[in-house]
Amino acid sequence: MSDKKTVIPFGPQHPVLPEPIQLRLVVEDEKIIEAIPSIGYVHRGLEKLIEIKDYHQNIFVVERVCGICSFMHALTYCEAIESLMDLDVPPRAKYLRVIWSELHRIHSHLLWTGLLADSFGFESLFMQLWKIREIIMDLQEMTSGSRVIISTNVIGGVRRDINSDMLGKITKSLNDCVKAMKRIEKVLLNDYSVKHRTVGIAVVSSEKAYEFGLVGPTGRASGINQDIRTTGYAAYGDLDFSPVVETSGDCYARMVVRIKEVYQSIDLINQAISKIPDSEISIQVKGNPEGEIVHRVEQPRGEVLYYIKANGTKNLERLRIRTPTFANIPLLLATVPGSQLSDVPVILLSIDPCISCTER
Amino acid sequence: MIKNIVEIKKEYLLAEVQKLKNSGYRFVTASCVDLGTEFMIYYHFDKDTEMKHLKITSSKEQEIPSISEIYFAGALPENEMKDLFGMKIKGLVLDYGGKFMITSDVDAAPFSKQTQG
Repeated sequence: MSDKKTVIPFGPQHPVLPEPIQLRLVVEDEKIIEAIPSIGYVHRGLEKLIEIKDYHQNIFVVERVCGICSFMHALTYCEAIESLMDLDVPPRAKYLRVIWSELHRIHSHLLWTGLLADSFGFESLFMQLWKIREIIMDLQEMTSGSRVIISTNVIGGVRRDINSDMLGKITKSLNDCVKAMKRIEKVLLNDYSVKHRTVGIAVVSSEKAYEFGLVGPTGRASGINQDIRTTGYAAYGDLDFSPVVETSGDCYARMVVRIKEVYQSIDLINQAISKIPDSEISIQVKGNPEGEIVHRVEQPRGEVLYYIKANGTKNLERLRIRTPTFANIPLLLATVPGSQLSDVPVILLSIDPCISCTER
Repeated sequence: MIKNIVEIKKEYLLAEVQKLKNSGYRFVTASCVDLGTEFMIYYHFDKDTEMKHLKITSSKEQEIPSISEIYFAGALPENEMKDLFGMKIKGLVLDYGGKFMITSDVDAAPFSKQTQG
C-alpha cells in the first residue's frame, strides 16, 4: 500500500453537486485526511446591490438569492421592513404566507431527498421523488403563476390571494402527495442499500452540533430542539406543531427529519386552510424605513437571519443575510476528515447545501 | 428595533464572547457595517430562540480579535468580513487569506466604502 497522499478536487463541478462548491480532499488510500471547502463560484454581491435599489425593489433581489428558498427570503425581508415601519399586516396575508412557505418547504425537501438518492446511485427513487414534487410545483403555479420564484410577497402583505376553489385543490393535491410519499417512504427508510450508505455516516453529537451552530434539519437530526417557526412569525403562532427531532445525528437521521417535515408541512397547510380568515391581503405602505432590525425565519435548510440598517431614505444602508447553509458548513469540516472517499457525496448532500444562499 | 444589544469595547470582545459561551449561547453570525472611517460589527447569539447581540466599533486600521478560538463557527463570517470589507482580523483558526469568497481578479474589499467608484 502506498503511503503517499493524494489531493483530489471534489468539485466545483461534480455529478452529485447541484451547485458549485469545491472540497479539496487530501486522501490516503480511500480515507480522507483533510478537507478544506472552497466557495465563491456564485458570489454575486447581492448585499451590495441592495444598497442601490429602492427598498421595495429589494424584494426582487432577495427572492433571487436562491430559487428554492425564494419565498422565505422575501418573507424574511418583508417582515423585517414591516417590523421597522410598524406595519400591521392583515391576518389573511399572514396565513397565505404560511401556506406558500410550507409549500416551498415540501418541494425543497423532496428535491433534496431525490438528490440524495441520486448521490448513492438510486436513480429510480430520485425520479419518483421528483415526480411527487411536481404536485407541489403545480400548486405553486396555480396559486402564483410561477413554479419556482413565486414573487407573492410585498411589503405590507401579499399581492395575490388564494380563493376557496384553489384552497380545495391544494387540500386534494396534498392528500395525493401523502399517498405517494407513504409508498416511497418504505424504500427510503427501510431499504438495505439506503441504510448502508447513510446509517452511522458523519455522526455529529448534540453537543458538537450546538457548538458548531448547526441549524434546521441538520441540527435537529442531532437532537437540537429548535425551530424558528416556534417564535410565531406570520401565522405560525396560531398553528399547532413542534420541532421534528431525531437524535442519532447521522446522514440517516438528517433524511428522516426532512421526510417527517414533509408530513408536518402538509399538516400545517391543512391547519392554515381551515383557519384562514377573510380580510384584505395587503395594506398601503407610506414612507421609508428607519433604524436597525434583526429578523429570522425558518427556511427549509434552517434559520435564516436578516440584519437591516435603514436611514429613513428609500435605500437601505445595509442588508446582511446569514443563510442556514453558511451555518452548517462547519459540519463538513468536522466529519469529512476521517471518512471514506465514497461517503463524501452523501455527507456533503446531507446538510442540504444551497451554495447560492451561502455566497449571495 | 433590535433588543438585547450590549455595546462593548473591542478589548473586551473575547471575554464577553467567552461568557456567552459559558452561559450556553449559540453563535449565530456576525454582521459588519462600514461607517466610513470605522466598522461597526454585531455578533449575534441565540439561546432558546432569544437573541443577544454584542456590538463593537473599530477604526479600519486596527485589528480585531477573532472569536473563532471560542466559537469555531465564527471563522466563516470573519473570513467573509475580511474578504468583503478588508477588515483586519487576528487569530483566525481557519484563515483563507482573503480568498474565501472572492477571487484575485476582484477588487479587494468590494463592499468597503473606500473602494466605491
